[in-house]
Amino acid sequence: MSVQEVPKNLKPHLQAPSLFGFGQGKLVTILIMALLFMLPMIAWWMGNKFYLDFSVRIICLAIAAVSLNLILGFGGLVSFGHAAFIGIGAYAVGIPAYHGYESAWLHFPLAVGLAGLFALVTGAISLRTKGVYFIMITMAFAQMAYYFFLSLEEYGGDDGMTLWSRSDFGLINISDGLTFFLLCYSVLAICIYLTFRIVNSRFGMVLRGCNSNEPRMKALGYNTYLYRLTAYVISGAMCGLAGALIANLQDFITADTMTWTRSGELMFMVILGGAGSIFGPVFGAVAFLLIEEVLSAFTIYWALPFGILLILSVLFIKGGVNGLILRGWKS
Amino acid sequence: MSEVLLQVEGLKKSFGGVVATDDVALDVRLDEIHAIIGPNGAGKTTLITQLFGEQLPDAGHVFFKGNDITRLALHKRASIGLARSFQITSVFMDFSVLDNVALAVQAHEGHSFKFWKAATTEFLLRENAMKALAQVGLDGRASNMASELSHGERRQLEIAMALATNPVFLLLDEPMAGMGAEESALMVKLLKGLKKDRAILLVEHDMNAVFELADRISVLVYGKLIATGTPDEIRNNSEVREAYLGEA
Ligand SMILES: Nc1ncnc2c1ncn2[C@@H]1O[C@H](COP(=O)(O)OP(=O)(O)O)[C@@H](O)[C@H]1O
Ligand SMILES: [Mg+2]
Repeated sequence: MSVQEVPKNLKPHLQAPSLFGFGQGKLVTILIMALLFMLPMIAWWMGNKFYLDFSVRIICLAIAAVSLNLILGFGGLVSFGHAAFIGIGAYAVGIPAYHGYESAWLHFPLAVGLAGLFALVTGAISLRTKGVYFIMITMAFAQMAYYFFLSLEEYGGDDGMTLWSRSDFGLINISDGLTFFLLCYSVLAICIYLTFRIVNSRFGMVLRGCNSNEPRMKALGYNTYLYRLTAYVISGAMCGLAGALIANLQDFITADTMTWTRSGELMFMVILGGAGSIFGPVFGAVAFLLIEEVLSAFTIYWALPFGILLILSVLFIKGGVNGLILRGWKS
Repeated sequence: MSEVLLQVEGLKKSFGGVVATDDVALDVRLDEIHAIIGPNGAGKTTLITQLFGEQLPDAGHVFFKGNDITRLALHKRASIGLARSFQITSVFMDFSVLDNVALAVQAHEGHSFKFWKAATTEFLLRENAMKALAQVGLDGRASNMASELSHGERRQLEIAMALATNPVFLLLDEPMAGMGAEESALMVKLLKGLKKDRAILLVEHDMNAVFELADRISVLVYGKLIATGTPDEIRNNSEVREAYLGEA
């Protein structure tokens, strides 16, 4: 193995990544995504508004979880403040609407832009820290945003504000339940696909490398801070989009959409579903909200068993729901 | 004598009461392997971290090709031609062997703010990574995970990653640490082939390897350089024998 003898025709191993993964887990993933599309349609067809809204809620939170997964699952950055981006996205719909500007073409870019800007400013500071300090500081920034919106008397303060009509897209009318569902599902699909492209790109390799071994990345010549900050901004902007959708779903906006417990829920969804997998956070959001719904129907003391169940599943199911799906069909 | 690539002047670094680098001056020339030897805790790793920018010295200067790089940011050092390997193996365990090196190649090819095309389908990136792997004889293991490699293979991977950034100056921190005799012999052979058109600063405990490889040797004891010279000069230096070689 001396340096001189490099073979002439080396065949590098090229492998195109696959969106739905490989093997049998692929089928299950497609099946779940198809169900997530079909069941709300059936609910709508049967005139069941509750289940349609419930499904849309799952989808909106899944978008937020997908956005968090980019930095948490792939980047290894444990952000405990993602609810802030949801809140910013929601108020980016509510506040202009309150002043009579109802165009979705204003609301949605504003939600993405402001959430991205908030991510840029807070990320620039938070990413100077590591580990527990990063968790704490992202949470602190989110709490600052929470109290900021809570203090806006003009926009309802802690009473919240009503959104009298949904964002106006012009061409399509999302006041219609089905149309709104289709919009949310499309946004989720786009976010999943974007994440898939990003994590497999050069940028994604760097992001994952920083997660795997940051000192090594620096030694190789990467400015790890800049790459992480970029990922943080993309993640925040994507989460702002989820916030704008959630505002339209609820027709009502309060600072409660952005409490720290919401940030915790998002983290749970990501980890429960399988951090660092493309569809994991979607599975996580589905599982989380379904279990919550079922348990709360049985008992008003649902929070305790729910918490225990979540902790156990995170501790004992390796790779989350996604890992379960992959393994279940491998064995 | 060939061109001086790296020059160190009056380097000092202390941690509390411990003086880890005590007024160190040395140079490393093109086409040369300059070895640093010394007992454990002598300050060899600390010296490397200062040359590579991971730690700042308390005083003194590091010049590379005549430019003062003492305070140059760590992530800018690869682009001027510096690369290092770590005493404790530092690779991306959850990446494939090829992906490990591809990350190094990618680092050398400018910024990575490219968000769309799958990196694993970029032919040139993969091919260059394969070449670096072939240089260290690891191309047969390209599709294994780094975590599946033996200790010796991981050391080889480290070198491949350093080579992939196309460095003119290599800082190697005990590349043979923990290797068996056979693996060490392979590494010696590999390093011999690497010094052409490059300069290597080699920190190593394996004395057979050092005396076989080094063009010059510097001896570091308690942060101080007590001697620099050819292998023969060092072998016959009484102060060195007393302070270090004698012990072994
Ligand atoms: N970050 C640090 N903080 C405090 N002391 C350190 C630090 N790094 C190294 N040292 C001390 O500096 C001395 C030199 O260490 P090191 O450079 O690792 O030696 P070597 O690589 O030659 O074995 C040792 O006494 C070590 O304990
Ligand atoms: Mg050392």
